Amino acid sequence: MYYRVLQIKYFKPRTLEEAIELLTKVRNSRVLAGGTDLLVDLKTGRVSAEALVDVGAIRELRGIEDLGDRIRIGAATKLQELVESDVIARELPLLRKAVESMGSWQIRNLATVGGNLCNASPAADTAPPLLAYEAELIIVGPRGTRVVPVTKFFTSYRRVALEEGEILKEIVVRKSTWSGWSYIKLGRRSGFTLSIVSVAVLASTRGEVLEDVRIALGSVAPTPIRAYKAEEYLRGREVGLGVLERAAEIAKEEVSPIDDVRASAWYRREMVYRLTLDALKTSLRWS
Amino acid sequence: MRVSFRLNGSWVSVDVEPGEILLDTLRLRLGIRSVKRGCERGECGVCTVLLNGEPVVSCLLLTAQVDSMEVTTVEGLGSDPLFKDLAEEFARRFSIQCGYCTPAILLTTYAYIRKVYEGKRKASVEEIVKAIEGNLCRCGTYPRVVRAVVNTLSRLTTAP
Repeated sequence: MYYRVLQIKYFKPRTLEEAIELLTKVRNSRVLAGGTDLLVDLKTGRVSAEALVDVGAIRELRGIEDLGDRIRIGAATKLQELVESDVIARELPLLRKAVESMGSWQIRNLATVGGNLCNASPAADTAPPLLAYEAELIIVGPRGTRVVPVTKFFTSYRRVALEEGEILKEIVVRKSTWSGWSYIKLGRRSGFTLSIVSVAVLASTRGEVLEDVRIALGSVAPTPIRAYKAEEYLRGREVGLGVLERAAEIAKEEVSPIDDVRASAWYRREMVYRLTLDALKTSLRWS
Repeated sequence: MRVSFRLNGSWVSVDVEPGEILLDTLRLRLGIRSVKRGCERGECGVCTVLLNGEPVVSCLLLTAQVDSMEVTTVEGLGSDPLFKDLAEEFARRFSIQCGYCTPAILLTTYAYIRKVYEGKRKASVEEIVKAIEGNLCRCGTYPRVVRAVVNTLSRLTTAP
């Protein structure tokens, strides 16, 4: 159906410096990471580019490392590597749960975590967990290295805080202890599906009091978002059904979903309420 | 541009367009017809190949990307004992109807069984179902595919 050879130039740099130079010098060039979004967009004509800079051969962009106080994930690490990583299972269970639900095995073997973030779909499933963990993104470019918190990375619909020639190098998550977590993804079917709504929650309690909580939502706004007002309402409160319901109500007010092929805005809002409530209950082991 | 990779155990060197998709190189230049054309956007899985042993969709890969890597299709597995057992189970359990998705499902389930033996995946019906999530079968042979994989796993007493 889409069969045609893409009219495009292809570069496969071995180092980050080379990749940055290519992105700066070659007109209308784009980073090719896993290609599971970009190649579909190029085939269908939704995106146009004159050159692809394949970052798949750049070693420093790969791998998962436990650095003691933090976890480092190379941006070009495959999603399946995250699913199979002991470090991710142990330290970032919320991320693991989300990545496990992404695409199919064949897709996860190609797709990368950095590609998912930079493609900046509102439905990017790695985003809610990383927003909840408050990951830091290490970005390199022609003017050196800078750190951008993932909470500031998504600037508007399908836009991210990357300047020309810049590449997302790695994702760093500081270790922190949470007493509970929950990830819920609602799709049109249970496997290999895009999310209609996804919710990621991290919670920390002392006795009956919710000391800290983070709520991140996917597919319900132009970008993946945090439900800061709901979090603020919950912080320091004693856990009770009324309190959790109120927080879910607030989260529902914070989203701005649209009608699309997968669901209506109305349904998404209702599901934000329901799933936020369920995710809070699960993370607090409260029933 | 010139791209070299290992295809079913032998090195091949082909001249391809920089924007050429692996699926097209395999079917149109290299005569590998078991790799089928389906949705061409990563949804259906009929174009599955093993890339360095891992199942991937060949419709979302530029041929240039697989330079120096190893690509395996069912054509290259005819003499592999595990693959033979699996294919026989598929035949015995009627896990094939029209056959269009079969080479891809065989590759995915073969890769899954290997992972089980490497201790990287559990042997369970749930895991088999999860493994073949990316392979659509419009004939609906899934339960028979699962049965064939279960039987292959239980018949094998030694690691492949």
